[in-house]
Amino acid sequence: MKRFFGFVRKEFQHIFRDKRTLLILFGLPVVMIVLFGFVVSTEIRDVKVGVWDRSMDQASIRATQKIFSSGYFLPAGYIDHEEEIGELFRGGKARVVVVFEEGFEGKLLRENRAAIKLITDASDANTAQLSLTYLQGVLMSYFQSMNQDVQLPWSVQIKSRMFYNEEMKGAYMFVPGLMALILMLISALMTSVTITREKEFGTMELLLASPLKPREIILGKVTPYVLLSFTNAMTIVLLGFLVFHVPVRGSLWLLMLECMLYISLALSLGVLISIKAKSQQMAMFMSMLGLMLPTILLSGFIFPIDNMPEILQWVSTIMPARWFIVIVKNIMLKGTGMAFIWKETLILMGMTLFFILAAVKQFKIRLN
Amino acid sequence: MAGREHIIEVKDLVKKFGSFTANDRLSFHVERGEIFGFLGANGAGKTTAMRILCGLSYPTSGEIRVAGFDVYREREQIKKRIGYMSQKFSLYEDLTVSENIHLYAGIYGLGRKQILAREAQLLERLGLEGIRKRLIAGIPLGWKQKLAFSVAIFHQPAIVFLDEPTGGVDPITRRQFWEMIHDAAGEGITVFVTTHYMDEAEYCDRVSIMVDGRIDALDTPGALKQQYKSENMNEVFLKLARA
Repeated sequence: MKRFFGFVRKEFQHIFRDKRTLLILFGLPVVMIVLFGFVVSTEIRDVKVGVWDRSMDQASIRATQKIFSSGYFLPAGYIDHEEEIGELFRGGKARVVVVFEEGFEGKLLRENRAAIKLITDASDANTAQLSLTYLQGVLMSYFQSMNQDVQLPWSVQIKSRMFYNEEMKGAYMFVPGLMALILMLISALMTSVTITREKEFGTMELLLASPLKPREIILGKVTPYVLLSFTNAMTIVLLGFLVFHVPVRGSLWLLMLECMLYISLALSLGVLISIKAKSQQMAMFMSMLGLMLPTILLSGFIFPIDNMPEILQWVSTIMPARWFIVIVKNIMLKGTGMAFIWKETLILMGMTLFFILAAVKQFKIRLN
Repeated sequence: MAGREHIIEVKDLVKKFGSFTANDRLSFHVERGEIFGFLGANGAGKTTAMRILCGLSYPTSGEIRVAGFDVYREREQIKKRIGYMSQKFSLYEDLTVSENIHLYAGIYGLGRKQILAREAQLLERLGLEGIRKRLIAGIPLGWKQKLAFSVAIFHQPAIVFLDEPTGGVDPITRRQFWEMIHDAAGEGITVFVTTHYMDEAEYCDRVSIMVDGRIDALDTPGALKQQYKSENMNEVFLKLARA
């Protein structure tokens, strides 16, 4: 055991002496969280809206006021020609133009129906879609409130509620995803690189010729990263809570255990890569291309799995991150326990076991 | 030297990689306390054989005992009793001199007090007391090489395996390095060294010369020169290689 701890201490010395490693370990999670938090957002704020009011009556003016007092939109001014719509969009002065038809109030009162046209600059499809949804929401609630005392013979009111994320906060989506991504990056990438470095520098030979057993060498290399990855996972949860108010509604203990499981999985993947890769560059390349990109694209982190072509949906089932994200969302947002995530947990366990066995097998082949 | 204990005993060692035979029925022994030179051109199979003796890979067939233990079944025992210095330079560049010493000594199970005493002794002998806390990355190659050797024999192994230890080192350092090897042998450590510098063969007690996976000659440098009617080991080697 003393031999083993001496070896682990050396691994920590490597980590704490290399500024680049330190930066990736501790800088990256914070930077990613902050970047995702403030840049990638599913909420809209200060979208510039132009208004083409062809009637200029009380109803249309009130509706316009309602739009700008909602807090999501900024006035981009009035226009009165169709051509000006294009000018606003091209100049980037507005994202949306609201058009009230002629005789708006009159039609509303007489015929109970009047038209508002919403035109968006869809060259940025996401913002366009979101702005439309928000605008419709604002206008609907306004006209409904106007009609409160009028009893219509039949009318359907649709009320929607977003369970588990009432305010549609983006942070609820990206914190679990980022955990999956960062843990994969640090655990798999860092271990694969550190083990291949020993191979490249010839120190691995020396260790293998020493009384240290191969499994002690691998465990010794991996142990510091288990601790650091775990610290990172907790940092992300804490940052998510403090900065973006993402709650942990379920058991924190369960969350920690699941994180440990996912970290072990990523580490065993890293070890497997390091046995296969001949150089640090190779290991880095394999980790980046083989792990990072699929984790970002296919895990449901950013793009919904249900919208993928069927074949990619199948591919996504072998992404560990996919299952981990489900687990984390369940625990953090829905507050559920093992009863709801046992299937995903079993899948992750199976994958971990598979990678460990594969690594051991590959290692034996290499020794012969 | 007759009658001395055989610390390495190799009988019919064969190592194949697929259809390629890297070691073709090698048989030899190394006596305790001698400096045994394992010579041959690049790719002759020296490193392959040495890795098997160190327990780094399994032989395809043959009977091999190192320090009295079997390489198939008792590798753990062998590894405790050998030191190894590989072709590539192998101390950790981002650790200090002292940290490297403590790491390797710790791996071989030495106690803290023992390590501190031997460390002081070693640094004094090498005249390196002043750089105890310097990172390996910042010291000259010659010093690194000497340190690497000292670390390889720090736990006083029965045998030390040196795989081309003097590659890329200037002649003066090479000379000093061989003095260190002689000192180690004087302390009773058996030295098994591969090299392709034929002049270094002169420093060995006995040398074996490998050509294409086979041992073509094995004797003291003097006897080999006589046998092949050569001035120096270089000529011996060339005659063997052309044959």
